[in-house]
Amino acid sequence: MSILVYAENTDGFFKKSTLESLTYAVDLSKKGNESVTALCTGNISAENLKTLGEYGTSKVLYCKDERLNSKPVVPLVNLLEKAAIEEKSSVIIFSHTSTGAGIAPRLAVKLKAGVASNVISLPDSAEEFSVIRGVYSGKGFSRLKLTGPVKILTIKGNSHEVKKSPVDCSIVDFNPSLDSNDFSVKVKELVKTSGKVSLKEADVVVSGGRGMKGPENWQIIEELAGLLKAATSCSKPVADMGWRPHSEHVGQTGITVGPNLYIAIGISGAIQHLAGVNSSKTIVVINKDPEAPFFKAADFGIVGDAFEVVPRLIKALKERKN
Amino acid sequence: MNILVCISQVPDTTTKITFSENNTKFNENGVQFIINPYDEYALTRAIEIKEKLGGKVTVINVGKSSTEPNLRKALAIGADEAIRVDAEPADAYYVAFQVAQHAKGFDMILCGKESIDHNGGLVPSMIGELLGIPSINVAVKLDIEGNTAIMEHELDGGKEIIECPMPFVAGCQKPICEPRIPNMRGIMTAKNKPLLKKEPVSVETLTHVTEFLLPKPKESCRMIIPDEAEKLIDILQNEVKVI
Ligand SMILES: Cc1cc2nc3c(=O)[nH]c(=O)nc-3n(C[C@H](O)[C@H](O)[C@H](O)COP(=O)(O)OP(=O)(O)OC[C@H]3O[C@@H](n4cnc5c(N)ncnc54)[C@H](O)[C@@H]3O)c2cc1C
Ligand SMILES: Nc1ncnc2c1ncn2[C@@H]1O[C@H](COP(=O)(O)O)[C@@H](O)[C@H]1O
Repeated sequence: MSILVYAENTDGFFKKSTLESLTYAVDLSKKGNESVTALCTGNISAENLKTLGEYGTSKVLYCKDERLNSKPVVPLVNLLEKAAIEEKSSVIIFSHTSTGAGIAPRLAVKLKAGVASNVISLPDSAEEFSVIRGVYSGKGFSRLKLTGPVKILTIKGNSHEVKKSPVDCSIVDFNPSLDSNDFSVKVKELVKTSGKVSLKEADVVVSGGRGMKGPENWQIIEELAGLLKAATSCSKPVADMGWRPHSEHVGQTGITVGPNLYIAIGISGAIQHLAGVNSSKTIVVINKDPEAPFFKAADFGIVGDAFEVVPRLIKALKERKN
Repeated sequence: MNILVCISQVPDTTTKITFSENNTKFNENGVQFIINPYDEYALTRAIEIKEKLGGKVTVINVGKSSTEPNLRKALAIGADEAIRVDAEPADAYYVAFQVAQHAKGFDMILCGKESIDHNGGLVPSMIGELLGIPSINVAVKLDIEGNTAIMEHELDGGKEIIECPMPFVAGCQKPICEPRIPNMRGIMTAKNKPLLKKEPVSVETLTHVTEFLLPKPKESCRMIIPDEAEKLIDILQNEVKVI
């Protein structure tokens, strides 16, 4: 028996979300005395493959098929099915990335497995396989019990702290034949929002709302975010008015984030906004209105004008850096 | 274009969530139910495509009779026909399985990227697997060119533009379109559009919610005066240790 992890890579590197999933798998393996196998695909250097061993992977199945570089869903589902059968996997783990979230449900249907997405806890025990996941867009949680011999989970970003646990790791080429008919979806163009910290993975998020008055004022948000190595996000109206891209919209109808630190600047704190950010570990609110509802959900608050407070924070951070 | 749109009904976004029966049930008392916001994007985009290329838009829901007002609303927005599979939606697999029974012969099946109550994001991909057709879990743009669909698929660090043969399933997300509200004429004609009730097929489910939990309430907020804003940096660095 084994726990299988789809170790997703980005241009040959394993991101934090993958290491979180591996750590989750290792912690889970201790409950049922199982080993952790990782499946990875595409062009990855031998050196990078070896890093998986540092995070507790005893076996890496490596499929170098170049056609998998763009992470096509159906071929990956079929590859994972083959790996799961060969490894007799009882649990299969994904990070809740766009790719992981697209593969896991199909694999569950294929393997007749119970599936839970956006999981934030380890199961209570190997026998009673119940996990906690967010529901009602962050306004609540459910304990979901999975039955059946195979279980599939996608792990919510930032919910399981990365730990190293080095083991001997064997790297095995895994190249089952893949049906060319499965590659019917073609990628014509890849657009990367490069150089910036990805919102779902960020430890710190700096977010601006309508109180920022206009897109031209985002420079101070960007500067603060840069100093904190943070991702930037915004409220829904800000994205709707085109001040910021839709991919930055957080909340009930946007992206749900749960960083260690969320700084909300000029955001009132409507229930739909809070739903997407209230799993953040620490929340700071900067708003000129002392009655803004966001203060009720905050750990730290400053009642003041963003255009005075934010530059002061930037100045203080710069002084500290020197 | 023959388009199927999957509609779930969810608590209005302003709802304060509470649970009953020893935290095992969602408390529906006083809750207003709406069409899942992402499904409105799917529905509106389907209607736009139909208006341009001709065809028919069918909406489907797995739910009890309490979902009918929202199905009528979908008809008022511009769908031609509604199907309600008369069953409590037990879990995502159950829903996908019921939808798959009625999903053959469509050129595309549009869903929301996730329901804002379960937040599973599972149903669209499961339908794809059950029907053996491609699935795009988050589509932020969708156009039809001849026999293929051109979509923008949202990725974590960007997006990809893909070309996908029909039929396919997609989970829709803004800015795929601007959702529409029903007009008077829509509301009147919706009354005479077909709303078919279908019996479910039996399926075994492998997931069960055993309990609901509410987030821990926040302790009161510590205020820092704006003239001492620097203090915040100090606290975050040395006390809370998050930067
Ligand atoms: C179906 C539905 C879904 C929704 N989903 C979402 C969602 O996912 N995410 C989301 O964010 N919203 C969502 N909303 C919208 C939500 O209800 C609010 O309208 C929105 O969050 C408000 O955005 P805001 O706080 O930026 O703007 P406002 O409510 O206008 O607040 C601006 C704030 O800035 C403050 N301010 C003004 N000037 C300054 C200054 N100089 N310095 C400091 N503070 C200042 C003001 O005091 C005010 O509190 C949804 C609404 C609906 C109906
Ligand atoms: N009960 C249901 N009936 C019809 N479609 C549904 C139902 N539940 C979910 N869906 C569709 O599946 C999408 C994703 O739902 P979920 O997997 O629950 O996040 C929704 O946006 C709907 O389009």
